[in-house]
Amino acid sequence: MTRASKTITGQLGALRSKMPRESWAFALTALLLLVVFPATLSGFRLAMVAKYLTYAFPAMALVVCWGKGGILSLGQGVFFGLGGYCMAMFLKLEASDPGSTSIQSTPGIPDFMDWNQLTELPFFWVPFQSLWFSLLAVLVLPGLLALGIGLAMFKRRVGGVYFAIITQAIASVLAILIIGQQGYTGGVNGITDLKTLAGWDIRSDSAKVALYYVNVGLLLGVVLLSSWVLRSKLGRLLVAMREKEERVRFTGYDVAALKIFAFVFAATISGIGGAMFTLVVGFMSPSFVGIVPSIEMVIAAAVGGRHSLLGAIYGSLLVNYGKTFFSESFPEAWLFLLGGLFILVVMAFPNGLAGLDLRRLLDSKRLAQLGAKLEALRPKPAPTPAAPQGEVPR
Amino acid sequence: MIGEPKLLAVEGLGVSFDGFKAVDDLTLYLDNGEIRAIIGPNGAGKTTLLDLISGKTRSSEGRVLFKGEEITALKEHEIVQAGIGRKFQTPSVYEELTVFENLEMAFPSRRSWWGALWSRRTKEVTEQVEQIAELVYLRDRLNDRAEILGHGQKQWLEIGMLLIQSPDLMMLDEPVAGMSVNERQKTAELLKQLARGRAVLVVEHDMQFVESIADTVTVLHQGKLLAEGKMANVKNDQKVIDVYLGH
Repeated sequence: MTRASKTITGQLGALRSKMPRESWAFALTALLLLVVFPATLSGFRLAMVAKYLTYAFPAMALVVCWGKGGILSLGQGVFFGLGGYCMAMFLKLEASDPGSTSIQSTPGIPDFMDWNQLTELPFFWVPFQSLWFSLLAVLVLPGLLALGIGLAMFKRRVGGVYFAIITQAIASVLAILIIGQQGYTGGVNGITDLKTLAGWDIRSDSAKVALYYVNVGLLLGVVLLSSWVLRSKLGRLLVAMREKEERVRFTGYDVAALKIFAFVFAATISGIGGAMFTLVVGFMSPSFVGIVPSIEMVIAAAVGGRHSLLGAIYGSLLVNYGKTFFSESFPEAWLFLLGGLFILVVMAFPNGLAGLDLRRLLDSKRLAQLGAKLEALRPKPAPTPAAPQGEVPR
Repeated sequence: MIGEPKLLAVEGLGVSFDGFKAVDDLTLYLDNGEIRAIIGPNGAGKTTLLDLISGKTRSSEGRVLFKGEEITALKEHEIVQAGIGRKFQTPSVYEELTVFENLEMAFPSRRSWWGALWSRRTKEVTEQVEQIAELVYLRDRLNDRAEILGHGQKQWLEIGMLLIQSPDLMMLDEPVAGMSVNERQKTAELLKQLARGRAVLVVEHDMQFVESIADTVTVLHQGKLLAEGKMANVKNDQKVIDVYLGH
């Protein structure tokens, strides 16, 4: 090793010991998302990555609530969808001004309402004419719904697999409700033809790039917020609760309150992701609310590593890239592949991508052994004299 | 009652599961500073009694008073906050957390979710954790994950988790089960030491251990009180010999 490279590795080592591993991983992820992706990907690909990253919000929510707290929610799509619909309702109303809807029998209301013979804006749509109300609704409504569900379930000690099944049923119910109430919700098509956000055209190329950065900024913000929560006593109590719920209860903590916190926190994060999805993709539909998307979110969290916040980002990128890739070529096979992937991860890598110990894989001893094996495979022309001590043979 | 109320008063307590009376019209009183052992054959209702006092099981008759206040209808965590700590039969610790964190989680401050969210490790907590760890023979294991502790050490850790709450009443369900002779002795010493200033209620099978620690022994049989008194007297009680000791 040359002196220069020694100094560099020495400095890196010193730096590494100063910064904990998580900070390193966070810095590298931020670098990848904020610099590498925008610099190397085309506008089309970057928009796709932005879409994948919106799924990282609910995946991260599941890391907090399921990975740490042991509360498996199979209905995270409900909160993702709720956030998304709040955003979409505002955008739709902005796109439905009387001028651009003058051909309708009732101008000034969303087109799908007109098709369904509605002549008046329904009362619950009215407040969504305000941007501030809509943004507030994105942040508050998913959490409120989660609070209601949490109070009903956790106070009665409904947990584990029963809770998971109930959340799945709620996801199914909400999707059916949205599809059934076509005049109020846009039905199975969802809320489409969204154009501007407070006059800013979200379909333009520059807007797509800007939204990518907003999305990444929010995502990294949520990583920091969640890791702050997990570092608190509450964070360790969540793990303790996953391990021995009774012990936590008999140590004087209200377990139901802790669970409700985790569930509401997760719902709020998921809602932010849903709102970003609407902005990035330009529509919202019930196909992002029901059982399948909810399970995809769980799989993304599991693939990334359900104990790792950053893992959720990589898990979402990988699973959703896989979905795009495979559903283009084998649309029918995708769900089977997804299920297979889930089983593989659970069986072989219970800690997901984040659990792969790169240091062990790249361990110098193992590399040396590997090198020796490769060396042994090479034909040897003649025995070479042993290299003198302290020098590395070329 | 005249004078100071008893620390714990269990009066006419009863519960039945599908018609089976697990605990039946049970009355017992506990003073501060007392070590009381509950013994009895399998199915006598020993663990159920602890469940009833700690709120894990709801009683169908009778009441439990703690420091003169009725606690019969309180929730588990409220009973703990009132000052009753409980150790389970099998060691119940957080395997994936370190010994330090296990004790820290039991420290009785910031128990609301909001308080816990803003809680960071303070010097007070650290000192208290180290002190308790010393007491339960785990001072040099603070940074180890609880899962790698031995069985006896896990029992001690759980006792430590109770101690750090400084409860006025400690209830221990078979604290020396699965312990070596040496560990049993150390646990007996520990219990005597920590009984100062509080009452201890122990459910235990090991008669030698009971004899070495308890002031008073309560014998249960089929959910009812069979005998109560000093171990020496109880041992010679014909009823007790018939149902329990003599078999």
